[in-house]
Formats: sequence, C-alpha cells, structure tokens
Amino acid sequence: MAEHVLKTESLAAGYGKQIVADGLTFRIRRGEILALIGPNGAGKSTVLKTIAAQLPAISGKIAICGMPAAEISRSQLAQKMSVLLTERLRTERMSCLDVAATGRYPYTGIFGVLSEQDWNTVRHAMQLTGCEQLADADFSQISDGQRQCVMLARAIAQEPEILLLDEPTSFLDISHKMQIMSMIRKLAREQQIGVIVSLHELELAQKYADQVLCIHNGKAERCGPPETIFDGDYIASLYGMQDGRFLPAFGTVEPQANRDAPQVFVIGGGGSGIPVYRRLQRADIPFAAGILHENDVEYPIAKALASVVIAARAFEPIAQDTLSDAITIMQACRDVLCLPESFGTMNQANAELRKLAESGGKLRTIEQILPPDPFS
Amino acid sequence: MNRAKEMRRIGGFALLIVLALCLFVLNLMLGSGSLRGIVLFDVLSGRNPDPMLHRILFDIRLPRAVAAFLLGGALSVSGFLLQSFFRNPIAGPFVLGISSGAKLTVALLMIAVSQNQYSASASGMVAAAFAGSLIAMGAVLLLSGKVQNMAQLIIAGVMIGYICNAVTELVITFADESNIVNLHNWSRGSFSSIGRTALFPIVCIVTVSLIGSVLLAKPISAYQLGESYAQNAGVNLKLLRAGMILLSSLLSACVTAFAGPISFVGIAVPHLVKALFGTARPLIIIPASFLGGAVFCTACDMLARMLFAPTELSVSTVTAVFGAPIVIQIMLHRNAEKRGGHNG
Repeated sequence: MAEHVLKTESLAAGYGKQIVADGLTFRIRRGEILALIGPNGAGKSTVLKTIAAQLPAISGKIAICGMPAAEISRSQLAQKMSVLLTERLRTERMSCLDVAATGRYPYTGIFGVLSEQDWNTVRHAMQLTGCEQLADADFSQISDGQRQCVMLARAIAQEPEILLLDEPTSFLDISHKMQIMSMIRKLAREQQIGVIVSLHELELAQKYADQVLCIHNGKAERCGPPETIFDGDYIASLYGMQDGRFLPAFGTVEPQANRDAPQVFVIGGGGSGIPVYRRLQRADIPFAAGILHENDVEYPIAKALASVVIAARAFEPIAQDTLSDAITIMQACRDVLCLPESFGTMNQANAELRKLAESGGKLRTIEQILPPDPFS
Repeated sequence: MNRAKEMRRIGGFALLIVLALCLFVLNLMLGSGSLRGIVLFDVLSGRNPDPMLHRILFDIRLPRAVAAFLLGGALSVSGFLLQSFFRNPIAGPFVLGISSGAKLTVALLMIAVSQNQYSASASGMVAAAFAGSLIAMGAVLLLSGKVQNMAQLIIAGVMIGYICNAVTELVITFADESNIVNLHNWSRGSFSSIGRTALFPIVCIVTVSLIGSVLLAKPISAYQLGESYAQNAGVNLKLLRAGMILLSSLLSACVTAFAGPISFVGIAVPHLVKALFGTARPLIIIPASFLGGAVFCTACDMLARMLFAPTELSVSTVTAVFGAPIVIQIMLHRNAEKRGGHNG
C-alpha cells in the first residue's frame, strides 16, 4: 500500500475557470493530520471540495492511495474518502444511528440494506466517537457538539483512508472543540486515516496538526509543520491582522497595543503582570512594562500589549544601563505599579525601581489608577 | 435491527394492505345499485351470468376501482419523489403546477382531435400529459434556482398552476359545445370516465414507474442528507435528479391524463405514511406511499360517489377536504420546529 494516502501536485482549485487557490502541492501519510488555514474566503472549502471530487480540478494532479484521482470511479472513491461538511443536516425522522449508518452506503447492495456486519461497523464507529448512547435519539433534537460526534461516526463508518473535515469545530464551545480535535487525532492515529481539516482556530491548528497549509492571495502560500508556520509575524501577515497580533508561544491572539507615550509603569515578572496589562489595555492606557527577562512567562504578552518593554537578557542579572533606561522611562510616567511582593537575586534592579517610585510618591495600586471594575 | 421498529413496519404494511383490500372490495360493492358480497363474488368468478351485473362490474366499477387504486398510489409516489427532490415537505404534483401543465396539454390534445372527428388514444393522452408535466416541471426548476426558501418555491408552483389553468379555461371556452361536457368533468378531477381500455396503459406505466422508484430508493436515501453527502457516497447526482424528475412527471402525467388533476394526495399521503412508519427511509416509504395513496384515493372516490348520490362530486374536492388540513398542519409544525429547535 502506498505510504501517502493523498498527494497533490500544483493543484488549482476553483469554480469553472475561476481559480480560487493555486499551487497546492502536499502529501499526507496515513495517520497524519493536515490543517488548512487562511482568511475567510481564501478558498479552504473549495480546496476540500476539489479533493472530494465535488468540483473538477482546474489543473494539476491529485493521487489517492497512489492512484490518479481521474481513474477512480465514484463508488471506489466513496470507499476511500469520507467527508464532514459545514452544511447543517436537516433530517426527517432519522435517529443518530440512521445518520451514522448512511456511511455504509458505498458498501451496500442495490436496495441499500445494511447487513449485520454493516450495523456492527456503524455501532463500533459510534463507540469510537463516544456517541453510542445517542443511537436512538432523533438527530434533529441533539446539540451541535453531539451532532459533530455523530457525523464523525458516519465518516468513520465509511471506513475511509482519507477523511476531509470542513471546519468541524465551528459552532462548538471550547470544550467540545477540544473534544472533537482530540477525537480526530485519536482516530487518525489508531485507524491510520489521513486527515485534512480546515480550521478557523489557529490555536487548534497549531496544537493538533502535523502539517499546516496556508492559503492566501489565491495560492498555497506556505506548507510545513506548525512550528515553521506559527513563527514570528507570518500569521499576522497571512490574515492581514491590523488590530492585534498572534503569539506563537501560546497560540493566542492579543489585541492591538496603545503605543503612545506610557503613562503607567508596571513592574512585573513571573506572570504577576498579565492581568494588569490586560486591564490597562482594556482601558486604553498606554503603559511601560519592565524590567522583564526575555524568558519570563509574561514577556511575550507584555511585548504585545505594552507601549514600551524594558527587557533584560535571559538568565543574566539586569545590566546597569538597562536599569538606567528603565528609570528614565519610569520617571516620565505618571504612576507606577509594582506587582511582585519580593525580588530575587536576578531582578534586584526591580527592587531599586520600586524604592525610587515609592520615594517619588508615584507608587499606586491598580484600584487607584482604574476605578473598580463595574462588572465585577 | 431494533425489534420494535421491525414490528412497526410489519404492522404498518399489514394495516395498509388490509385497508386497501377492504376498500377496494367495498368500492366494487357500493354504487347506485349495491351488490352484496356474495353476488359480487359470484359475478367475478363467473357463476352469475347476469349480463347487466357483468356490465356494471366489468365495464364501470372495476376499471374505476382499479384506476383509483393505482392512480392514487402513483400520485403519492410522485409526491414523495418531488418532496425528496426539492427537500420540501409540501412539494407535490398539484401544488407545483405539474398537474395543471399536464391538464393543459391534454385539453389541447382532446380539442384538437375532436375537431378532426377523432378521439385521442390512451397513449396519446399520456404522451401529451407527460409533455405538459415536463414543461411545467421545467418552469418550476428554472424558478427553483432563483428562489431561496420552500415557501417561495410553492408560491411559484401555484402561480404556474394558475397560468396553466387559465389557459385551459380559455381553450375550453372556445371549444365546441359537444366537447365541453366531457372535458369539464375531467378537468376537475374524476375517475368516472375511465373505461376498460385505459386500464392497460395505467397498469403498465404505474408498474414500471413504481419499480423505477424503488430502484432509486438507495440513492434517494443518500440524497436526503444533502447533495454533497450524496456525492461523497458515490451517487451520480445528475442521473439521480433526472430519474426523480422523469419518474415523478410520468406518474403524475399518467394520473392527469386519465383522471384530471387531483389535489393534495401527493403531499398528504407521504406525510401520513412517514408518521405511521416512524421513518422517512425511501425503501419503506415508496411502497408504503403507494399503498397509502391507493387507500386514500379509493376512500375519497367512494365518498365522491356516495355522499350526494346520484350527484357525483369531483374526487379532487374530497381529497382537498382531507388533504389541505394536513398541509397546513405540516407548515405549522415546521414553523414550531424552527422556533423551538437548534438550541446548540
């Protein structure tokens, strides 16, 4: 059996002659997950539809399990590839078991009657996706998260080599998103299925995908392991982000910082500053953060949210000129907040900053700067 | 398979078969001169040679009962195919104007041949009705690409029906006096003019179309989940769509050619049958709709003949009385579902 369940070579996907995404070249092994990311309307769904043979490829090649896609018949393809789409199913008098059982379609005879073995496959698929207790429930009456589990069971019951998932996590709450993605990874690994999944949630793509393909400006812009994609400012440029930035270390986005001259100086460290940075950012007060070691947990967030960050090199004591920089900036600020209770050998400079602020009468608490949160 | 489900299916089919047989026999017995069961049996088996009874039974009642049975079934299956095609529970040959399209072409044919002193052959009528059905269907399909929701589709169909009816009325108005009596009865929907000669084409067309529909049951079941999922299951969408259109048009054309337009059977019966069987699975619902339609139309025809005897109602009047409330109920139910459902 071919190692790559799916290979494409300079594939162009689109409608009619209108190319939506060009230059798609990637390969998926058994058990591997490829995430498609890109801005709204970039053509993620179009790419999936083209691979699923619902749209003809405009140019380029698709090979499925080593065979050119053009040589595979509809029914053969149905036994190799299953899909989970974004469109909502409107079922009529169908139990979840009935819906999952539709996955056996390519394996049944002329009347579509399932054999005992087919039913066992369906039930097993429902067990794998943890929805066997829903078997008799009406599909139109269950929650969105449960629906996705049943649809995933349907896709698995089809015993595919390739699974195409179009935004399987949209409409789900955070815990169901994690549940579905973990399930997809488990199924990919255990059933040795190659998975292509389009995702809006970058943090999920970063954490669950083995490869990430970025579609942007009508072409496949980058393809590679998440570590190379979620790096530096590429994500911001991929999505044309104006109002914030993506933090690769956490896989989160942070809103745009107010880069005006700082009014508040925050002495943080060890994560103690994070909630204060967020409150100041919400109140749109420009602030400086320091002195932070570059390996401090809150350093990336301070970088994203603060107008100025005074940083010290990792694992080194704070240098004298760094301290004097900090003092200059602090003195230009109206207020100073100091969050750590005590200081260690490496950040003695921060203790000095605190002393200076206290003697200058600038040391405040956050409540003094920002009136208590009316919502809490 | 679940035992309870299996019992429900067996019970459902048993109920429909028993009802169909009883109503069919009752339809033969009742009429301006009622026949008792024994007499009926004797005439049928040839032990009673009374030529009068023979004529009543074999020339009048039997063809009519068989036609009501088969055409009722045909209408329901046609309705089910259209509902599956448009994914719309209130689609049917009557509301979508397909019956009216067939009625128009058949009326044109009848007038054309009668002016030349011929009478239209049964197959000619079916051909004309089929052409009319397809033309109306084509118009609905063109419009369905442009309209967004199911209500708009139905309104478009009803309008097409009105246009066809208006043209039919116009044609009838200018037709010869002698043609009108016949045309008028037929154009309101009635099994009364169906004679023995019409039975052969009816039996052939309905049998072939029914078998064709059952053969489509598997792809239709995949189509119920939506086009993309059907495609992923390996269904040839173009072929399936063409098959559904042709079969539903042929079935409703056959009905219209011989009995005129009959309202609401195509919507009401599949709906009731789905409720009875607790499923929408085509492999079950297609044969069950056929039986259900046969029961429904046999009963309605009996009422049309008997209620105000000797005056006869059009069968469409009776089917509308029972069918239309069911359509309203479906719409109310759908609305309630929209408001209540989808709570993430």
